[in-house]
Amino acid sequence: MIKKPKKYSVFSLVRNALSYHENWQPAWRNPEIKKNYDAIIVGGGGHGLTTAYYLAKNHGIKNIAVVEKGWIGGGNTGRNTTIIRSNYLWDQSAALYEHALKLWEGMSQELNYNVMFSQRGVMNVAHNLHDVRELKRRWNANRLNDIDCEWLNTEQVKKFCPVINTSPNIRYPVLGATLQRRAGTARHDAVAWGYARGADAMGVDIIQNCEVTGINVNNGNVTGIETTKGTINSKKIGVVSAGHTSVIAKMAGIKLPLESRPLQALVSEPVKPIIDTVVMSNTIHAYVSQSDKGELVIGAGTDGYNSYTQRGGFNIVEDTIMAIVELFPIFSRMKMLRHWGGIVDICPDASPIISKTHINGLYFNCGWGTGGFKATPGSGWVFAHTIANDQPHALNAPFSINRFSSGELVDEHGAAAVAH
Amino acid sequence: MRLNNNKNLNKKKQISFYFDGSKYQGYEGDTLASALLANNIHLIGRSFKYHRPRGIISAGCEEPNGIVQLEQDEFTEPNRRATEVVLYNGLVAKSQNRWPSVNFDFGAINDLLSPFFPAGFYYKTFMWPPKFWKTYEHFIRQAAGLGVSPKKEDPHKYEHYHYHCDVLIVGSGISGLYAAKIAASEKLQVLLVEQESETGGSILSANNLNNKINGQSQNEWKKEILEELHSYKNVKIITSITLFAYMHYNYLLGIQDIDPSRGNKKNNSIRQVLWKIRAKKVILATGSIERPITFNNNDRPGIMLAGSVSKYLNGYGISLGKKIIIFTNNDSAYQTAIDYHNHNIKVSAIIDIRNEIDGDLPSLVESLGIKIYSGYVVSDTSGRKKITSVTIRKFEEKDSNKKNTEILECDLLCMSGGWSPTVHLFTQSRGKLKYREEESCFIPDQPHQQTISVGACNGIFDLKNILEDTRKSVRNFLDCKSNDEKIEIYDAEEINVGKQQNSWLVSSKDKISKSKMFVDFQNDVTAKDIKIALSEGFQSIEHVKRYTTNGMATDQGKTSNVNALGIISELTGQDISNLGTTTFRLPYTPVTFGAMAGRYVKEFFDIERTTPMHEWHLANDALFEDVGQWKRAWYYPKNNETLNEAVNREVKATRDSIGILDASTLGKIDIKGRDVSEFLNRVYTNAWSKLEIGKCRYGIMLGDDGMVIDDGVTTRLGEHHYLMTTTTGNAASVMGKLEDWLQTEWPELEVYLTSVTEQFGTISLNGPNSRKIVESLFPKQNFSGDSFPHMSFKELEIDQVRCRVMRISFTGEICYEINVPSSYALSLWNKCMELGKSFNITPYGTEAMHVLRAEKGYIIVGQETDGSVTPVDLDMDWIVSKKKYDFIGKRALYRSDTSRKDRKQLVGLLTTDPSIVLEEGVQLVEVETALPMPMVGHVTSSYYSPNLGRSIALALVKSGLNKKGTKLIVPTSNESIEVEITDPVFIDPKNERLLA
Amino acid sequence: MLLINCPYCGEREQEEFSCGGEAHIERPKNPPELSDDQWADYLFLRQNIKGLQFERWNHSFGCRQWFNVARNTATDEILAVYHMGEKPPKLESNDPITPCGEPKIGSGNFSTSKK
Repeated sequence: MIKKPKKYSVFSLVRNALSYHENWQPAWRNPEIKKNYDAIIVGGGGHGLTTAYYLAKNHGIKNIAVVEKGWIGGGNTGRNTTIIRSNYLWDQSAALYEHALKLWEGMSQELNYNVMFSQRGVMNVAHNLHDVRELKRRWNANRLNDIDCEWLNTEQVKKFCPVINTSPNIRYPVLGATLQRRAGTARHDAVAWGYARGADAMGVDIIQNCEVTGINVNNGNVTGIETTKGTINSKKIGVVSAGHTSVIAKMAGIKLPLESRPLQALVSEPVKPIIDTVVMSNTIHAYVSQSDKGELVIGAGTDGYNSYTQRGGFNIVEDTIMAIVELFPIFSRMKMLRHWGGIVDICPDASPIISKTHINGLYFNCGWGTGGFKATPGSGWVFAHTIANDQPHALNAPFSINRFSSGELVDEHGAAAVAH
Repeated sequence: MRLNNNKNLNKKKQISFYFDGSKYQGYEGDTLASALLANNIHLIGRSFKYHRPRGIISAGCEEPNGIVQLEQDEFTEPNRRATEVVLYNGLVAKSQNRWPSVNFDFGAINDLLSPFFPAGFYYKTFMWPPKFWKTYEHFIRQAAGLGVSPKKEDPHKYEHYHYHCDVLIVGSGISGLYAAKIAASEKLQVLLVEQESETGGSILSANNLNNKINGQSQNEWKKEILEELHSYKNVKIITSITLFAYMHYNYLLGIQDIDPSRGNKKNNSIRQVLWKIRAKKVILATGSIERPITFNNNDRPGIMLAGSVSKYLNGYGISLGKKIIIFTNNDSAYQTAIDYHNHNIKVSAIIDIRNEIDGDLPSLVESLGIKIYSGYVVSDTSGRKKITSVTIRKFEEKDSNKKNTEILECDLLCMSGGWSPTVHLFTQSRGKLKYREEESCFIPDQPHQQTISVGACNGIFDLKNILEDTRKSVRNFLDCKSNDEKIEIYDAEEINVGKQQNSWLVSSKDKISKSKMFVDFQNDVTAKDIKIALSEGFQSIEHVKRYTTNGMATDQGKTSNVNALGIISELTGQDISNLGTTTFRLPYTPVTFGAMAGRYVKEFFDIERTTPMHEWHLANDALFEDVGQWKRAWYYPKNNETLNEAVNREVKATRDSIGILDASTLGKIDIKGRDVSEFLNRVYTNAWSKLEIGKCRYGIMLGDDGMVIDDGVTTRLGEHHYLMTTTTGNAASVMGKLEDWLQTEWPELEVYLTSVTEQFGTISLNGPNSRKIVESLFPKQNFSGDSFPHMSFKELEIDQVRCRVMRISFTGEICYEINVPSSYALSLWNKCMELGKSFNITPYGTEAMHVLRAEKGYIIVGQETDGSVTPVDLDMDWIVSKKKYDFIGKRALYRSDTSRKDRKQLVGLLTTDPSIVLEEGVQLVEVETALPMPMVGHVTSSYYSPNLGRSIALALVKSGLNKKGTKLIVPTSNESIEVEITDPVFIDPKNERLLA
Repeated sequence: MLLINCPYCGEREQEEFSCGGEAHIERPKNPPELSDDQWADYLFLRQNIKGLQFERWNHSFGCRQWFNVARNTATDEILAVYHMGEKPPKLESNDPITPCGEPKIGSGNFSTSKK
C-alpha cells in the first residue's frame, strides 16, 4: 500500500519542529522492483521524473518504474545553471518551451514543494549589429507567439542591471538586449525531488542504483529491459537518459544524431545580492545569475569533443570567465568556488528529439543539449502523452527523429545560450 | 596572547592593522588569523544561517569560520580566510554576515528560531500565497551571502605562466622537501610548490625539542635541506602558490599570490599569477587536515583544532588560553599538551574517548602530571562568544544527565577527531581512493596518471615511516639510477602510536534532533540535519550534501565531508567505503576570476583585426562596425551628420559618380594545383570547368545539408591558379572546411590552399566614374567594356607594384576591385582619393554597402540566410547545376522537406507608405489575429533607398516567389504596416548600369 | 586539458586542435542513389561511443593537418594517433564495465574503491 505523504505546510513545519523533526516521512519510497510495469522510464532526471508524473497524473498510467543508474537528479538536472525561459525563435520551439514555462509558473503549488522558481527576468545581450538584427527577429517572433519579450536599449539595460558594463568603448559593447520578464531561475535539485515525491505519491516506483544493460525486443515490439538488478518487463519504455542516450539506443540497435559532450559550469563564493536578473550573451559566450545562496552561477561552453567523463578543458572555463570580466569588470576579484561538468547530448539542429521509434513501444526523449532544464515539465508532459497514446502531442510532433531524413530541422543555434 | 620568550618574533618588525575599525598590532610573518588571536580576538564572524558567533578553528586553508572582508573600495575582496591572509602593514579587514556588528548581530535571532529551519525547510514552505515567493526570496537573498562583491573595477593585473618540468612536487613539508632533494640529485627539472608563504608544512607547527630528524630539530633540518635545494640550478621553489586543479595528462593549475606580505595596493601591479604546469611526473606531498569532533555546541569561539593550536604556539609564539582542555580520539593531540608544557603552560585536562591509551605520547603526557580522562567525551560546552566550560562524561554512558556529567572550566578547547589526508588533487587526477578503517580516512589507492602520494597525504602519519616511505617510493617512482647510499637516509625516533577510536557523534543530554552538533560550521549543517535528510529518503551522499548543503561552503567541506560520511555510516549502519565520497571538485581553494582571465581583458579580451587603411578611416571620422573580429568602417559622418544622412550621401554619390570601399576584410584564399577546377566543381553548386583564365565567377557554397554557408567570387588567375573570396565572417571556417574535404575525402586531388586575406588590401571602386579613376591609375590598360568586361580580371602594375584588378560588383554599378599587397594598400587608397577628387569620390562604409547591394537584390550570407536557407529558397536556382552528378549539398536539396515548394523564399518588400523603413527582424503576417498570430516570414534587410526615394526591404516569406504582388502586414509593437511582396531587384533589373 | 601528439608536429596542447567527430565515415560516392534515410545516416547519425572511439582531429592552430585519434571517451585517454586513410588500430582499452557505467579507473566519476 502506498501511504500518502503528508502535505507540507506552515503547520507541518511547526508540528515537526515541536517534535524535533523526528517524524518527517521519506519524500519517496525505496520500493521493491516488480516484474511487470505498464511503463518504464529509463533515467531518473528531471525529464524522466516529470514523464512518470504526467503519465500517472494526465493519463492514469500509475504502474510505472523510473529506473535510475545513480541517484535521482544526479545528472544534468543537478548540474545546470537553472535558467528558465521560453524566448525561442521558431514557432515549434517557442510553443514547447512556453508550455513548459506555464507549468513552471504553478509548479511549487502543484507539487506542494517549493522549487523556488524566481521570475527575475532573462536578458539576452546584443554586442554588434548582427546580434541586434537577430535578437530583434526573435523578439518580434516571440511577441506574435504571445511570449512576453521586450527590447531594451543600452540605457534600459543599464537600468535593469546596473552592474553590467555599458561603456561604448569596450571590445564588445552592449548595444541592447531582449528581456523576458517571466523567465528566471529555479532550484534545480528541488525540481527532481518535488516531481519524485509527487510521482511516488501516485504509485510510481523510483528505483535508484539500477543501471539498464539491455533492451528486450521481440518481433519489433519492446518487451522490457535488462538491468543490474534483473529483468523488468514492460510494453512501453521511454528512454530519457540525456548524455547516455546513444549507449541505451545502441542496445536496441538504434543510431541517433547525437553527440555527448562535456559542458562545464561554476559558482563563485557567496556574496550579498549584487545581480538581480539573468544575463546571457551568446556572442561572447557568457551567462550569469546569482543563486539565492549568493553564489554567482556561471555557465561555460561545451568542449569540442565527445566525452562521458563529466570533465572538460580549463581553457573553456577561462574563456567564459574572460567574457564575464568583460561584461562585469567588478567581478574580477570574485573567486571561483566550485566547478563541475555534465554530459550533454547535442542534436545537429540544437533542438530535442521527443519521438517514437521504429520499434513499437520504444520512445526517446533526448538531444536537449545545453538547454534542457527549462523544458523539464513540458518535456515530461508531451513525452507522457507520446508514450500513453503512442503518438506525439501536437507540441512535440515537430521534434520527431524523422526530421533528420526529411530535412525539416528546427535550427535553434541562434537561440541556444551556448553555440554548439 | 603573544609569548615573549619567542626569539624568532623579537627580530621581526611590528606592524599595525585594522579589524572592524579598531587598530591592532601584529608582526611580520603573522597571518591575519594569528595576529587577531594574538590580540585575543576570537569572535571573527557570524555563521551563514543561524548567525552564531564563530571564531578561528584552524591555521590553514581548511578554515570554515574565520573569514573576513579584506580591504575596501576597489581593493576589497569578500570571504578571505584570515588563516591564509599574510599580514601586512595597514591591512584593513571587516567581519562579515552580521548587522550591525559582530558582537551584536540581529541575525542571531535565527539561532533561537533554528528549530524551524531544519535541513530542507525552504522546500517545504514559502509557497503561500503563490505570488509571495518574490517577496520571500528578496528577504532570503538579503540574509544569505557572506561578504560583499566589489563595486569598482579591479585595479590589479593578472598573468598566466606556462611551465614544463620533469617533476612537480606539491607541498614543502617533510616529504615534499625530501622528495625534492632526491629528485634534484637525479638532475631532473624540479618544481617545488608551497601554498603557504613559507616552506615547511607541518614543520611550521613543530617544536624544536621533539620529533627530531637524524638528531636535528625539524627547523634545522629544513634549513639545511633548503640550502642544498637552493644550490641546485635544476630546482625551482615557489611559495604562496596553491595548486587547485589536477587535470588530464599531468596538467596542473596553480594560483600564486605575488608578494602577499607587501600588501599590494598599487594600481596595475600584478597581484596573482595563474600557473599552468605540465609535468612529466607529479609527487603529491599535500599533507593532511585535522578533523573536528561532532558534539553539542562544538562551534563556540575558543574551540579549535589541536594541531592548529600547536602551530599558533610553535610557529607564531601565541598561547591561546590559560585553562586549556584537549578533546581527542587519537594520540596526535597529546603533542599539543607537550608543546604547551615546553612553554611552561600546563594543560588542564585531556578528554580521550579511548579506554585503552597505550601510545608513547600519552605516556609522556601522563608523566608530566597532566590529568587524562580516559574513556571520556565532551558532550556539551558553554560560553556564548567564547567557550567558558565543557561538560564531560564517560563515553560508555551514551546519554548525558546531571548525575553522570562533570563541568570543567576552560577558555580553550583543542579537539582532534583524527586526520584526513589531503587527497583532493589525487582524486582530481582520477586516481581511486580506499577507506582505511584504523584511522578512518580515505587514502590514495590506484593512481591513474603519473603520480604518487607521499607522507601524510598517503595516510602515513608518523615521522619515521614518513621518511622511510618517502625515500623508497620517490626513488622508485623516479626510477633513480644512483644507488641508495648516494641519498642521505633520514631517520627519526620510533614512536609507538596508539590506536585511534572513532565516534562520529557524541551524544549529549539532548537527542540528536534537539542538539546543535555542527558538522559544516560555515553552512550551519548539524548532525540533526543529516538525520532529517536520511529519514526523508535522501540516502545517497550526494543527496545528503545537496539537501543539507554540507560541504558546500567556501571551504568545500575540508573539515566536514568525512565527518558527514561517518555520521551517515553511524546512523544507517552502512560501511563508509560503500558510501563513497562526494566528488573532490576543482578548485582546491577558491580562485580569483581576474587570475583566470589573466591578460585577456579589456582590449585584449579578443583580438581586433584592422585593415591596412584603418588609420585613414580613423583620421576621416569613420564609425566602425564589428564584423567577426574585424573593425570595418561603418559610415563616415561629415559635419555632425546622422547615420541616415551620411549613408544617404554615400549611397547617392556612389550611384551618381563614384564611391570607394575598403573591402580588405573579405576572405581571400589562394588556390593552386592541377585539380582546382574539379575541386571548385565539388564545393560550389555551379559549374567551373569552363572558366577561362582571366575570368571571374560567383559561387554559392553549401553544407552537405544543402544549406547556404558562404558565397563569393573566384577568379582564375592562371592555368592552375585561382583566387577565391569568401564572406568576411566565414573566411576561417570556409578555409577549414575546404582543407577538411581535401585532406580527408579527396586526397587524390592536387590542390593547395593558402589564406591570403591579410596579405592583400582590397579597394573597391564603384560607380559610373570608377572607370575614369582606373584609367588614370593604369594608363596603359584599356578599360572599355569590350576589353575589360564585367567578371574579368587583369594583373596590372602601378609604380612596379603588381595589382590584381577584378571587374566584379556588389553594388550593381561598374566596379573595379583592386587587390594590392597590404603594405601598398593605404598609399593606393590615397592615390584613388586624390584622383577622384574631381568626381567627388566618396568613401562609403558597410552601411552604405548594404543599401547599395539591397537596392540590387544581392544577398548577404548570414543576413538573408540563417543556416536554414537553400539557394533555391533564395530564388537562385540558376546557380545550382542540374548536370553535375554531385557537389557538396546537392543530395540534401532533394530531401522531402527541403524540396517543398512552399518553403520560405527570398522576395522584395515595399511598404505601402514609402516613408516607412521597416525594422530588420520584424515578422510578417497575412492577417492580424489574436495572439498567437501565425507568421509567414520575416524581414532580413531593410533600408531607405536614396536612389529610389523610398524604403526597400528583403524578406523570407513562405511561398513568397508565387505571391509577388500580394499584401502582407507587419504588426510591430505599436502599429500595423502594410507591405507588398515584390521582386528583390529594385534598381537596374536589366543590368544596364552594371554592364555599361 | 588533453595533450595531443600531432603526427606532424609532436605533442601539443589541446587548445591548438579541433575535433572533427567520428572517424571513418566516408562521404558516399553515389549520393543521388541514396534514400533520405541513408543520406541522414551519413550526415547526422553518429555512434557516439562510450569507450574506445576513433575520431578525426585537426591541428587547426598548427600545421592544419587532419589525422585520426583513438580515444577512450570514458576516460579521455588517447590510445593512438594515426594518419588519414589508415585503418583503425586494434587496441586494448579501459572500457566501462557496464555499458553506461564507468571503467575500473580513469573516469574520475567514482573516487573510491568499494569494499
